Amino acid sequence: MAIDDTQAQSETGAYELQRPGRFREFWSYFSENRGAVAGLIVFLSFILIAIFADFIAPYSPTDQFRGNLLQPPFWQDGGSTKFLLGTDAVGRDMLSRLIHGARFSFFIGLIVVSLSLLGGVTIGLVAGFVGGWVEVMIMRLMDVILAFPSLLLALVMVAILGPSLINAMLAIAIVLQPQYVRLTRAAVLAELPKDYVTSARMVGSGTLRLMFITVLPNCLAPIIVQAALSFSTAILDAAALGFLGLGAQPPKPEWGTMLSEAREFILRAWWVVTLPGLAILITVLSINLMGDGLRDALDPKLKRS
Amino acid sequence: MIQFVLKRLGTTIPTFIGVSIITFLFIRLIPGDPILLMAGERGMSDERHAKLLAQFGYDQPLWQQYWDYLSGMLRGDLGISFRTKRPVWDEFFALFPATLELSLCAIIFAVFIGIPSGIVAAIYRGKWPDQLLMSTALIGYSMPIFWWALLLIIFFSGTLGWTPVSGRISLMYFFPSGTGFMLIDAWQSGQAGAFKSAVQHLILPTVVLGTIPLAVIARQTRSAMLEVLSEDYIRTARAKGLSPFRINGLHALRNALIPVVTVIGLSVGTLLAGAILTETIFSWPGIGKWMVESIRARDYPVVQGGLMLIAAMVMFVNLFVDLLYGLINPKIRKS
Repeated sequence: MAIDDTQAQSETGAYELQRPGRFREFWSYFSENRGAVAGLIVFLSFILIAIFADFIAPYSPTDQFRGNLLQPPFWQDGGSTKFLLGTDAVGRDMLSRLIHGARFSFFIGLIVVSLSLLGGVTIGLVAGFVGGWVEVMIMRLMDVILAFPSLLLALVMVAILGPSLINAMLAIAIVLQPQYVRLTRAAVLAELPKDYVTSARMVGSGTLRLMFITVLPNCLAPIIVQAALSFSTAILDAAALGFLGLGAQPPKPEWGTMLSEAREFILRAWWVVTLPGLAILITVLSINLMGDGLRDALDPKLKRS
Repeated sequence: MIQFVLKRLGTTIPTFIGVSIITFLFIRLIPGDPILLMAGERGMSDERHAKLLAQFGYDQPLWQQYWDYLSGMLRGDLGISFRTKRPVWDEFFALFPATLELSLCAIIFAVFIGIPSGIVAAIYRGKWPDQLLMSTALIGYSMPIFWWALLLIIFFSGTLGWTPVSGRISLMYFFPSGTGFMLIDAWQSGQAGAFKSAVQHLILPTVVLGTIPLAVIARQTRSAMLEVLSEDYIRTARAKGLSPFRINGLHALRNALIPVVTVIGLSVGTLLAGAILTETIFSWPGIGKWMVESIRARDYPVVQGGLMLIAAMVMFVNLFVDLLYGLINPKIRKS
């Protein structure tokens, strides 16, 4: 009954009033999940740290304090409040480097997700709408990409393009592409036979309008969830590439690169190894918590009871 | 069923050809002359350059090179490593058992902890065991495993001194490798302590490589169990007064395991990607470490051949899992 009422209302002109309700409905589902809200808060503070890194960080991430090599965090013997989280092997302040590292990870996630989202959704829409041999070719190509373990494919691409952060991001974006293509195509195929699409066709909407304005908004839920999850994959994979020496290059304070530089001090100075990884874990965890909440709130079918 | 098999093969063969074209083109896409890049700053005489070009077949037209590559691959010939001058195929299969042993141990570890955790979480849905297990699973799922490996090394090798940091077995032991599986070889050698040493070397890499599959399996088992537990036949079983153990263990688990098995089958790619990091950190002499070293050394025949073999393996396992799934579940066959 309740559903019928809402539909009747929206058809009789009360539609404008319904719009804020949708967000509120989403939020009420989302906020039910405490983990998701915690994840959102951590993620928002991560973004703020990334944006205002220059103001928050006590020192420059590349300044070397030659008198304070491998100084432990302030609560340990030999530490001082001058360097709250200690210094690394060439005397750079760990806290400042971690804060600037947030900027790299955020930047990586943002660029990779935007690239793979734009590319993947467009290709998926084309595959779904055009059909025929175009669709077959696209889907086979995606199968080809999926046949490689993603990190290995990214590694090889970076090896060909040359190790740098930009190339690492490009490679990860390409590797993440197929999931968007598959999701979008599946959603489009599910939407196409519906009445509203037919009626939009009848009133003469062009294919582009049908693709991006009529159908796409109704396919967004799984794509948004995927975007959240691939944000964390992007951060993890970029850090892994950095760790293998094929991502961001030293002295850039990227977390994975920091870890790889710190490896030799593993048994002497726990903080240079532990802290960058902890930063990666917390960031990725917060995004995954948020992604779970998003999925539950946006996709009632998958809702965990 | 035959139709299903043919249809599935019909998508695998084009994918296989696509993979072979991509791996072939990768090397040709590299700007510059591969021979000169490999030689590095030393350079070489024109004659030697021409000779090497001919030796690796780079002087042929592109389609001819591709044809040689493809037909060679089907004969088990993937060219010769720049670095060691040994056939890529032989190197791959010499190192593969190490990766297989590690991956098998990791997946066994993941299954034996993941499935019971998922079942317990589903049975205690919403209560503290569920919350505890699922929070842990989410942390495992979010784990940068290269860091996880370093933490375990700090604690178990550094602080406690229980496990070694690298390799497959202590250098004290020497015996011929029969099966390529260190555990079996060490056991068969009969040398005192050899097996124990092999196990000690294996524990940390196994845990590291198994962590993400473990988290995925636990989450998947939980949701599959929850789905099955809400089915009518479970209610019937409850109404009949069957013991909870019989309901959960027999009726529900059997059906819940189908999607879980699929997830396990499809995690081969994840395992191989994880093996790259795990093997590099623990100096485990498998194909993951071999690929990273070859990429760093610009040993292009190895990169190309290794990539091809790994992708072929992933495709083969996926095909096998799909066919198996179709065999178990007629619905899949029809769609």
